Order: sequence, then structure tokens, then C-alpha cells
Amino acid sequence: MKAGPNLYIGGGIILLVALLAIFAPLIAPYHPVTSANLMYAEEPPSMQFWLGTDEQGRDIFSRIAYGARISLFIGLAVQVMNTAIGVSLGLSAGYFGGWWDEFVQGLTGLMLSIPTIVFALALMAILGPGLPSLLIALGMTDWAYSCRISRAQVLTQKSLNYVQSARIIGFGPLHVMFRELLPNIAGPLIVVATMGVGSAIIAEASLSFLGLGVIPPNPSWGGMLSSAREQLMIAPWVAVFPGLALFVTVLGFNLLGDGLRDLLDPHGRTRR
Amino acid sequence: MLQLLLRRLAQAALTVFIVISLVFVLFSVIPGTFTSSLQADKRDVSQDVIERLEDELGLNDPLPVRFANYVTDLAQGDLGVSYATRRPVSDMLSGRIWASFKLACAAIFFAVCVGLPLGFIAAIRQGSWIDTAAMTFAVSGLSIPGFWAGLLLMYLFSLKLHLLPTFGYGSGGLSHLILPAITLGIAPMALLARTTRAAVLETLNADFIRTARSKGMSERRLVTRHLARNAFVLVLTTIGLQFGSMLGGSVVIEKLFAWPGVGSLLIDSVGLRDIPAVQGAILVIVLFFLLINTLVDLAYLVVDPRIRYN
Amino acid sequence: MSEPILDVRDLSVSLVGSGPPIGAVDRVNLTIGRGEVFGLVGESGCGKSLCALAIAGLLRQPMQVTGGQIMLGATDLATIPQRQMRRMRGDDVSMIFQEPMTALNPLMTVGDQIGEMFVLHRGLSRRAARKKAIEALDQVRVSSPERRINAYPHQLSGGMRQRVMIAIALACDPKLLIADEPTTALDVTIQAEIVELVLELCRAKGTAVMMISHDLGLVARICNRVAVMYAGQIVEERASAEIFNHPSHPYTRGLVDALPRLGRRLERGQRRLTEIAGVVPALHEFPEGCRFAARCPRVTSECTAASVPVTQLDGGGIVRCLHHV
Repeated sequence: MKAGPNLYIGGGIILLVALLAIFAPLIAPYHPVTSANLMYAEEPPSMQFWLGTDEQGRDIFSRIAYGARISLFIGLAVQVMNTAIGVSLGLSAGYFGGWWDEFVQGLTGLMLSIPTIVFALALMAILGPGLPSLLIALGMTDWAYSCRISRAQVLTQKSLNYVQSARIIGFGPLHVMFRELLPNIAGPLIVVATMGVGSAIIAEASLSFLGLGVIPPNPSWGGMLSSAREQLMIAPWVAVFPGLALFVTVLGFNLLGDGLRDLLDPHGRTRR
Repeated sequence: MLQLLLRRLAQAALTVFIVISLVFVLFSVIPGTFTSSLQADKRDVSQDVIERLEDELGLNDPLPVRFANYVTDLAQGDLGVSYATRRPVSDMLSGRIWASFKLACAAIFFAVCVGLPLGFIAAIRQGSWIDTAAMTFAVSGLSIPGFWAGLLLMYLFSLKLHLLPTFGYGSGGLSHLILPAITLGIAPMALLARTTRAAVLETLNADFIRTARSKGMSERRLVTRHLARNAFVLVLTTIGLQFGSMLGGSVVIEKLFAWPGVGSLLIDSVGLRDIPAVQGAILVIVLFFLLINTLVDLAYLVVDPRIRYN
Repeated sequence: MSEPILDVRDLSVSLVGSGPPIGAVDRVNLTIGRGEVFGLVGESGCGKSLCALAIAGLLRQPMQVTGGQIMLGATDLATIPQRQMRRMRGDDVSMIFQEPMTALNPLMTVGDQIGEMFVLHRGLSRRAARKKAIEALDQVRVSSPERRINAYPHQLSGGMRQRVMIAIALACDPKLLIADEPTTALDVTIQAEIVELVLELCRAKGTAVMMISHDLGLVARICNRVAVMYAGQIVEERASAEIFNHPSHPYTRGLVDALPRLGRRLERGQRRLTEIAGVVPALHEFPEGCRFAARCPRVTSECTAASVPVTQLDGGGIVRCLHHV
């Protein structure tokens, strides 16, 4: 039980990204949207534009700083939704058993057989692009893993004394599930959720990259990359920096998850 | 054994049916999907053309009738007619399935060939710098967004080194396949390296490995005869799951590399709100997943006697 | 005693990590004669399994032999190169483990697992090894061995698997068999059968047995001599009848009193079975003086002052106690 370097490196990265997001208006030298100026289109990195400009002459660093807000917000919000759904279903399935358990397991298997991004694409097709649709499309499609883990954990803990005594004292199922069981199985779930934030950020970026996520001209890291392929030859910095921001942020969450696992789940119940 | 297989097939069939119904209901219950997509495109379509189209496509029938028709057609291999191209969806899919399948096979080949040895060496040399380097590489591979990795590879190997074509399918040869396959294989490769390392470490601690040591065999024989196969059994599920979800996972990569597969059809159709094509593409992706997982179950019957006889 | 087959001198095993090494087995001396049945007894964590693994050259990191000699005939197993140890392991020294359920490779037939011994040490072909494996299975009294040879471990019961383990261990007629709690995980009903089988086969092959157990009753019944280990040290070693009837070390005394015995009178007020109060100290908490002092009924201030030397007993054997009887 000791905190390894993963925990600190991951936590440090996320802290930096969070500071960038919070203080974006103070840090960013230009406005992310209205600073468009074709005079300065596709300028390479310089003292004036630290990370260069895009095809509309907008400062890439400023857009990355504001984009951190979207990535972090969506990553966290989506993961909160997924975890809430997964844990509620998994807890109740493990606790009640019977037909409800069968049903939840069937549903989980179904979710696993449709790749998250495909499911999200289908939902985006129906709901149309934009932030609310993104939240729904990503927040309701990636809960299968936390559901499986919490169910398996409940099954191993259900027969233990503290659960039995809470039942005998006369606490209702909701109290037993969320007040007694949940704190005892939280370790592995926190690990899964932390890594899930990383995947949610990638999923959002992918959808925005395809033009089906955050509506332009709002700065989203994925969206900034959507026109990068065509400019790869003349302005490679358009492709490099937003992707680097994505990579480092997701790496931060994955390292934090690894570090938390060493700390909270030494037996590797969430190993993957 | 046969019973197990039949149960698997029944489960898969049920899943397919549920997915079909789900996709159908999702796209049908939301009102005005088809007309609004025409209007959203700002096409100059008169009201009675829309009505005639809707009539022709059977969109005015009650929902249960439409569902029954859809399932009946599906059973006969008829996936409906694309709204956008007016061609049968099955025709549109047939060529693309091969392209996607080829890409998925190449990607899983890359992932297995790199990920397995990497995880294996990391576990055997646990705690050494090789282990640290391999696992740092793996966590980076898990964190890198595929489409960005693709952009970087494209920049390096096509634009700078001029070794490989940037994108497209070409004449279907190897040179166009390499970059998208590596891009698509990065994340599964990283995951496999981690899973393999964990599996080998778990196996190394198993009692039967101690028994094997007590027999007095060389490390080489210990690894090849006792360790590798047992560890591989633990990794097989992960390989199957990764391969199975590859058609879905390749959606973004196919779009980036303009690969004419099921994934890019799905994205284009989502943009056009071409419901029959979307339904067809999703169906193919889910069927592929279920097929691969059934094959993995069958593979377990071969490699693991504990399952063979139970 | 006949000419010794195994002579262990001052064997020390330590946990070698990043810090200073922590001693787990402390200068153990053991001598086992040709064909002798020798018992090593102690609670779990006393170091008896570590001794066994050290002798078989199977210690794994972070445990290491940090001193002493392990003479098997004229060879010192503690210092010979890996390659040579590997050749002797299974051929001259073999081992049976506690857990028959997990000790066999689940993906190999028992025939291949037994036959592997003949391939490794006798250079036989697979086909010839298979024939020998059938014989070996027959020797451990598995019925219809021609058929069972193709079975996988999960198809066999625990007792059956332990028979397969015995067949593997004795396949090459070793000079020494180390049996580490071979019956602990088995049903009581077949424990005696398995022990009898091991003894009988070893007698026939002239193999010496080092029987490791926490069950002093069992060991005293089947062994010529018994050594009792406590907290990494041998505290008493004598002929088994002596040790059972007249235990000299207070710890041995405690072990004997904890045994149920037919026809033993209970004194008024005595509990049916006595237990030894307290627990074995952890590795890093081994005290300076006598390691049993904290649980000992005869403890005095001298006991904890300095480490206790070994005393030779009149009737043969040794004891490590200042107040032995």
C-alpha cells in the first residue's frame, strides 16, 4: 500500500490541465473564436502565436486552453453519468438477484456487443450534434464495465457480516446498497471511473473530429483536428498540438487510474 | 460441447434480434427523421414529393407493421433500400465488409505480434528497465487517440519519408493497408501487452509452475511447455474481445484514412440520416462481434480441456 | 544410523530485499540416512517449508540461502551451478506439495506430466516415456492406468491427483523425497492411504523421506527421527518414540499435549486438550534470546538475555532450551 510515481505524475498532469481550463481567460492571449483573422492564417509557432494558428488565423494555444474546459467537463460529466448508471444497475442486480439480475446481465452483454462509439454515433444521428446530445450519447453508453465490477463485488460481499447485520437491524435495501455496500466496494469502482474519464475524453474528441460532436466554432480538441488532415503538409502544427493536449490529458487519467489501483485495489480486481 | 455451442448460438441470435429492434425503434420513434433530414439539407422538395417518397418507402404504415416488414425482409437478406443512393443496402455493404474485415485482421495481427511479446518480456523481467519501458509504452498506447496517432503516422511515413500512401484504398494492396492497420492496432496492442504481463505474472506464481521447476527442467522448457500456453489461455478472451469490437472501433480510423469500409459508410449515413444504411452497418458490426466471440468460445474448447469436458 | 544421504549444516535462509536481510531459517542442521524416514514438525510459518525448498533449490526471490551447506552425498547443493542443480532436481531429490488441486498443469494430461520425468532425466522418447508413465501410475495404484494416462487433472479427485504427484516425484527413483504436508489438503479418510503409499514405495526404492508436517502425531508414528522447528530454528531433534513420550523442549511438550490421545487420563480440572497460548513471532520480530520465551511456561530472565545454545541429550538427540527436562 504505497503511492507510486504513477499517482503523482497522473495527478500532476490533471491538476495542470484543470488549472489551464479554469484560468483559460487569463492564460489565453487571444479569444478562441472571435480572434479569427485570415491575415494570420496558418502561421507557424512563434513568439506571437506560441503554437501557431489554424486556417482561420485563430491562435491554437488559446483554443487549446479553452478546449480544456470542454474536454474536462464532458469527460467528468459523462463518467459521472456512466458510473451512476453502472453502479445502480450492478448493485441492485447483485443485491436482488433473480429475474432483475438476469435482465441487467442481458442488458450489459448487449451494451458490450455494440462498441460504445457506434452506439454514441447512432444516438448522435438521432439527437443531432451539440453538447446536450453529446452528454446523453456518451453518458448512457459506457456503463457496462462498472456495472459488471459492482455486481461481482456485491456478490462477494453480500454474505459478509456487516451486510447481514444491517439487514437484520432492519435497514431497507436502498440503505444497505448505497450506505453499507457501496463504501466497501468503492475502491475498484474509483479506479474504473478514473480510467473511464480518459476514454470519455477520447470518445468526445472522436465525435467532434467527425463533425458530430461539439459544434464549431466552439474550441474542442477533437474538432480542431477535423481539418488537420488536409493541412498536414503546409501546417502540421494544426495536427500536432491539439492532439498532444488530448494525449497528455488522457495519459494523466490513465496514470492516475494505475496509481489509484496500486493504492486501492492491490489484488487487481480491475486489472486490464 | 454441442449443447454449449447451441446455447451460444441461441444467445447470439437473441442479441441480434434485440439489437435490430432497438435500432429500429430508436430510428423510427423519433418523429420526422426522414423529412427533417431532407429539409435540413435545404433541398427544394415539395410536400407531395415527400409524401410520395414516404409512401413508397412505407413510412406511413403503423409502426408494428413496419417492424414486421423490416424483420421479414431481413430474414430474406434484404436490408432495405438506402434513402440517399436508392440502392439496396446489402449491395452497398458487401464490398465494404471485405475492406473492413481486411483492416481488422491486419490490425489484430499487428496488436498480437507486438503486444504479446512485449507483455511477456515485461513479466519475465519484472521490475527491470525493460519492464518499466514496456509498460510506459503500453500506457501511452492506451492513452493516444487513434485518429491523432494516424495523423502523425501519415505525416511521418507519407508526407516526410514518402514510404507509404497517405490515404485511400488504392487497388487493395498492402501499401494502403499498413498505416490504417497500425493506427487501429495501437490501442489493442497496448491493452494486450498489459493483459499478457498480468497473465504471465499470475501463471508464474501458480503452484504447477513450482511443480514443473521441481521436476528439474530448463527455463526454456518451463516457459515453452508450461508457462506460455497457460498464460495464453488467460489472454485469449482479450484478443477475442478486441478483434470483435474492431469493426466498430475502426469507424473513426476508416474516416481518417478514407478507407471504404463499413465504418465510413456508417458515418456518412449518419450525416445523411440514411436510416436503412445506418441500420445495416450497425447490424454488420454487431454480427461481427458476436461471430468472433463465438469463435473464441470454440477456440477455448480446443485449448482448455477444463472447458472441453464440462 | 546408516551412512547419511543428506547432511545439512548450518543452513540459513533469509529474505533479501532492499533493506538488511531478514533471517527466516537460522543455522539448521539435519542429517538423514539412506532410506530413513525423517520428520520435520512445526506450526505454519516456522520455516520448515523454506528448509525444504532450499534443499530442492526451489527458493524464489526474495528468499535466498545465505549460509551453510546442503550435502547430498558428496555434492553441496547450496553452491553447485544452476544447471547441475536442475539435473539433480527430480532425479536425485524430488518433492511433493501440499495442494494437489493446483500442483498439476491443468492443460497437460497426467501421462505427459509423468512422462516428462523420463524425457528429462532418462532421455526417453515420448512413446517410451508414455509406457513408463503407465507403469508409474500402476505403481501408485491408480486403477486402469492405460485409460487414466489420458485424463486431465481436473477430471481426477484430490486423492487421485496426489497419487499422480507421487508418481511424478518417484518416477526416477530419487535418493531423497521431500513431502511437504502431502495430506493436509486431503479428506481425512484417504490421508492414511496416501501416507502408507509413499512409505511403501520409498521403502521399495530405497528412497529416504523427509516428511514435513504440522501434525506431530502423524510424524511420530511413521518416522524414525523427528526434528521440531520453531521460529526458524530447530528446538529439539530425537528419535520419534522419545520425543513423543518424553518431550524435552517446552514447545514440543505443548505440541504433544495438544494432541488427542486414546486412553490418556485427564486430570481433574484439565481441559480436554491443551493449547499453546500466544502466536509465533513474525520474521522481523524474532527476539534476541530464546524465541519461544514469550509463550513459555518455564521462562526465566536468563532465557531472554542471550541466544540459547543447543544441548546434547543423554539418550541421543539435541534440545535448544536452558530448562529442558
